[in-house]
Amino acid sequence: MGTLLRIGWLNLRRDRVALALVFALPILFFSIFATVFGGQGDTATTRIRVAVVDEDRSELSARLADGLRKETGLRVRTTADAAGAGPALDRAAGERLVRNGDVPVAVVIPKGMGEAFAKQGLMGSSGPAILLLSDVSDPVAPQMVLGLLQKVTMTAAPDMMVRGGIRQFEQYAGAMTPGQKAAVDKWLPQLKAQSETGSGGSGAPQAGGMGVGVEVVDVMRTDNRRGSLVSFYAAGIGVMFLLFSSVAGAGSALLDEVESGTLERLLSTNIGMTGLLTGKWLLLALIGCAQLTVMFLWGRLAFGLPLFSHLPGFLVMTAATAAAAAALGLVLATLARTRAQLSGFSTILILTMSALGGSMFPRFLMSENMQNIGLLTFNAWALDGYLKVFWRQAAVWQLWPQVLVLGGLTVVFLGAARALARRWEAA
Amino acid sequence: MNVLTVTDARKKFGSVVALDGASFELRQGELLALLGPNGAGKTTLIRAIAGRVRLDGGEIRIFDRIADGRRTPPELGIVPQEIALYPLLTARENLEVFGKLHGLSGTALTKQVDWALEQTGLADRAREPVRQFSGGMRRRLNIACGVLHRPRIVLLDEPTVGVDPQSRDRIYDVLAELAASGVSLLLTTHHLEEAEARCSRTVIIDHGRVIAGGTLAELVDRTVGRFRLVTLRLDAPLAAEAIVDVAAAAPDISADATDARVVRARMRDVALELPPLLERIRRAGRSVDDVEVRGPSLQAVFIHLTGRELRE
Repeated sequence: MGTLLRIGWLNLRRDRVALALVFALPILFFSIFATVFGGQGDTATTRIRVAVVDEDRSELSARLADGLRKETGLRVRTTADAAGAGPALDRAAGERLVRNGDVPVAVVIPKGMGEAFAKQGLMGSSGPAILLLSDVSDPVAPQMVLGLLQKVTMTAAPDMMVRGGIRQFEQYAGAMTPGQKAAVDKWLPQLKAQSETGSGGSGAPQAGGMGVGVEVVDVMRTDNRRGSLVSFYAAGIGVMFLLFSSVAGAGSALLDEVESGTLERLLSTNIGMTGLLTGKWLLLALIGCAQLTVMFLWGRLAFGLPLFSHLPGFLVMTAATAAAAAALGLVLATLARTRAQLSGFSTILILTMSALGGSMFPRFLMSENMQNIGLLTFNAWALDGYLKVFWRQAAVWQLWPQVLVLGGLTVVFLGAARALARRWEAA
Repeated sequence: MNVLTVTDARKKFGSVVALDGASFELRQGELLALLGPNGAGKTTLIRAIAGRVRLDGGEIRIFDRIADGRRTPPELGIVPQEIALYPLLTARENLEVFGKLHGLSGTALTKQVDWALEQTGLADRAREPVRQFSGGMRRRLNIACGVLHRPRIVLLDEPTVGVDPQSRDRIYDVLAELAASGVSLLLTTHHLEEAEARCSRTVIIDHGRVIAGGTLAELVDRTVGRFRLVTLRLDAPLAAEAIVDVAAAAPDISADATDARVVRARMRDVALELPPLLERIRRAGRSVDDVEVRGPSLQAVFIHLTGRELRE
């Protein structure tokens, strides 16, 4: 038994790559996941982006917008330009931002809100309601904004609420005495000052019934919400396994040929290394297309994924994704000296990219920083494209950023693979 | 006519010298053996000719054209040491794949595939996957894939490694037929018997350098000479006083280092020199249990040139 342990230990110690995989790989993945998912509680990095459309232009709407801006959990945007420049947002622009995925929620304060509020105060159910334009499939952002909105209406304009309340009181119970009026007039500015400094307005949102009316509007207009969610998982899992199969395919395409000697024989024919790599890439890309198509077809059959209504976008994204994945597989296969190296390195790379790029956990639920880091991965661009097609109902031409990046990656990867493959040519 | 001339080929891999000024030539229609121990530089030389290794120095000339060392010249057919076949494909499919990559198509391809299957005796197994083939059959198909496009020069790297004697004979029959049709063949081997029995000429390479080349007779003449080696096994060792008498009949006689009953003598004319030796042994009171007469061999040549036996 001791001898067996010794053999195992010696083998492990002398295979540095295997040793690194045993100890470093779990630590690496733990760190990545801790960063991706553990950082969610940090409000500095998980602020929800909200577009605020002020159609009312009243004191109330300004106070509400200001109150939302003061919330640490939100990042408010009121202009067409994200940096604060450009014209103020209108309803259509707010809706567009949600539909394009730039913000998860747009708050629209409709015209007449301030006037109705001044007349009716807290019981403003008959007046216009604040609209929350959102992608209701996002389980977090709309609910959070709804809660914060209720809080802000209670805390941002307490003086206006009281004034509206007193007006209603007078309507039903008769006018206040001059002394009462003087006391209220003295109190209201203090209340306003408290709300502005924030000293008296903190705490949990008040009961919804006492706030303004809020109507949540789903701007995605998805006919099949479950289908959209399934399409996200089909794309997420599909892309991750596409990468695995491309690497395995490229590995067997090249390293097996090297080991069996067929590469040597192929290179002595008319085909040459460039022709050989092109052929291998084309094969892998076609297999990748078939793999994703089968996955989405199964999604359609088993889970009602709306494949046929989104066919052009699906085909474009599938072709671009499979082409880039095949090229990446070739880079890794030409980079690796052995199958063990290929397997170890590609596992690290693919799982890391899948975690950061949103194959395991939707990127729109990650912090903004992590979303930006995710853009460095292959998966993020592929998944963004699929989400545009199936979730945001984007037209095919709107996929150009994703197709451009994936196409660019394909060219870069193929160039790198060709350069690395020089080592198999004349020594 | 020389179809291939290698002059002063030099190649280093890091600090290891693989080729150290190797020179030789291959003639039209001959079967030339490149003989040498493992690590002598045979495979490097073959790969350099095939355009798969770039030489540090020297020149390779194929049909009066200097090879650039970047790609395989179209006149060449390569048979690598490994079984470079796709195991899941049938014999015919393998041949078709490599035939197409060599530029064959249509009826020319079909004709050549049929010819190659016939030549290698695999016609009746053409539709079976290669993974079901024996080692000898795979070797033959490996050769067929390299000669399918009718190259004028064929380079074979250890074409008979790991095959049984019957398959080996069959492989050499195929090679002999190719040579008879005018194809020039260069094969590497470390099997002395094969080089001796089946090749028209032999080039001996050691430490990256060609140390001799020619037919067996030429090599023998140039090295060990045309002596026969006579080995006698006696019933008992010769007595010390008898050795002088026996040695008078055969000046080159010597006793085996490990078995004193075995004595060896080099003879130019066995019929003339052996009877007096046997007579003197009889007079010394010994009888002969066994006699072996061996002609000059490549083994003897190799030992003479390198001072050591050829390792497997």
